[in-house]
Amino acid sequence: MNVIHLSSMNLAVAAVLVLLLGIAATALKLGVSKTLYIAALRTTVQLLLIGLVLKFLFENVHLGWMALLATVMLLVAGREVMARQQRPFAGSWGYGLGTLSMFVSSFVLTLFALTVIIGTEPWYQPQYAIPLLGMMLGNTMNGVSLAMDRLTESAYQQRMVIEARLALGQHWREAIGGIARDSTRIGMLPMINAMAAAGIISLPGMMTGQILAGAPPLEAVKYQILIMFMITAGTGFATVLATWLGAKRLFDDRHRLRLERLRSKK
Amino acid sequence: MSALKISQFCLQHLGPFDLTVAAGECLVLSGASGTGKSLLLRAIADLIPHQGEAWLGEQLCAQTRPETWRYDVSLLPAESQWWYDTIGEHFTQYDEGLFAALGFDEAVLAWEVSRCSTGERQRLAMIRMLQQQPRALLLDEPTANVDAGNTQQMEAIIRHYQQQQQIPVLWVSHQHEQIRRIADRHVILKDNQLIEQSR
Repeated sequence: MNVIHLSSMNLAVAAVLVLLLGIAATALKLGVSKTLYIAALRTTVQLLLIGLVLKFLFENVHLGWMALLATVMLLVAGREVMARQQRPFAGSWGYGLGTLSMFVSSFVLTLFALTVIIGTEPWYQPQYAIPLLGMMLGNTMNGVSLAMDRLTESAYQQRMVIEARLALGQHWREAIGGIARDSTRIGMLPMINAMAAAGIISLPGMMTGQILAGAPPLEAVKYQILIMFMITAGTGFATVLATWLGAKRLFDDRHRLRLERLRSKK
Repeated sequence: MSALKISQFCLQHLGPFDLTVAAGECLVLSGASGTGKSLLLRAIADLIPHQGEAWLGEQLCAQTRPETWRYDVSLLPAESQWWYDTIGEHFTQYDEGLFAALGFDEAVLAWEVSRCSTGERQRLAMIRMLQQQPRALLLDEPTANVDAGNTQQMEAIIRHYQQQQQIPVLWVSHQHEQIRRIADRHVILKDNQLIEQSR
């Protein structure tokens, strides 16, 4: 494998492009220059840090370190899911619901991929485990936050309809049924679209990375297909779980719609 | 048939209330807006949390499955709600007599909800409710958006159902004319008290 070494100079040249874009944005009074610079700085610092973390993990292969990093990743993803909702659940449910769904789905499927499909030795080998979990969590996070946001916002907007359906003697599952189905579908759509577009419209990042690193294209493609399937399944199951738990939480044991369990809109 | 009864009934800042609507009786509830009449009706339908007890005959609300309670003790809100595109999708059966009495024929089932007037929707919501054969009615100003002719038609149909099935009806209304036409008893909600009006 021959990777052309990138020097700091190479990166600096690319950074100049971002700087030029920032100057253009200022000239056009777009008001995004500052955000752009901060984001560029964040990506540099964050990626350098994770590079150091990965370097450390590769040199110290131990389940404890892996578990620690996985936990941090999950907790940050859980926070992100909550932050992306306009009306998250109040209290610990707001954080716990998305985090639990992602944990169940992402961790189980990553574990399954590592032990049964790829069969790395040991199964927590960081070179495989971290990228896999990272991609699972990143995409699952997207799906879960889209679905939850849709669910809570629709329930709020359509509270009169939901209550009218309950008043006709419908079970809560029937009264929220259409909304819950829509929310799950919204959460699953990005992955379905990504699978449909892969290879024709977009070249997925992981495959591109492997090819850049000198891997044979067909090997890279096989890994990419595996990842796409894993991500789709992970996102799908997490979305279904989060929507179901969320819908249930919107009602109490007497099937009353309890919107006061949501935080008011930001 | 069964009377509808609430005892020591409290919700949010309201109550405690004690009230009995006898089987086959229409009790009209009125009072200034904001006194909590709609809240009280929603609480009796067990749609919002409350303390105290509600009974339909021997049946205690807290010991009945919520779907069953709301199916039996049916609430018709002031503004009807629809969730499918066409009227027909909201109905599982077609009672020709009931539709005809309110000026509809079978063609109405194909109508789009968004094209119906508020009054039409309100009449159709009443048919939808009555077809389920409820055992008690909670009506929250059901004729507020309906023209005079259809209002009297709706009153007659409720009256007929109430007497034929001998069920209790709790009807929120403001219009004096209407109260005189429909009420067997009249109670006013004022300053958190239910005050019975002599007739």
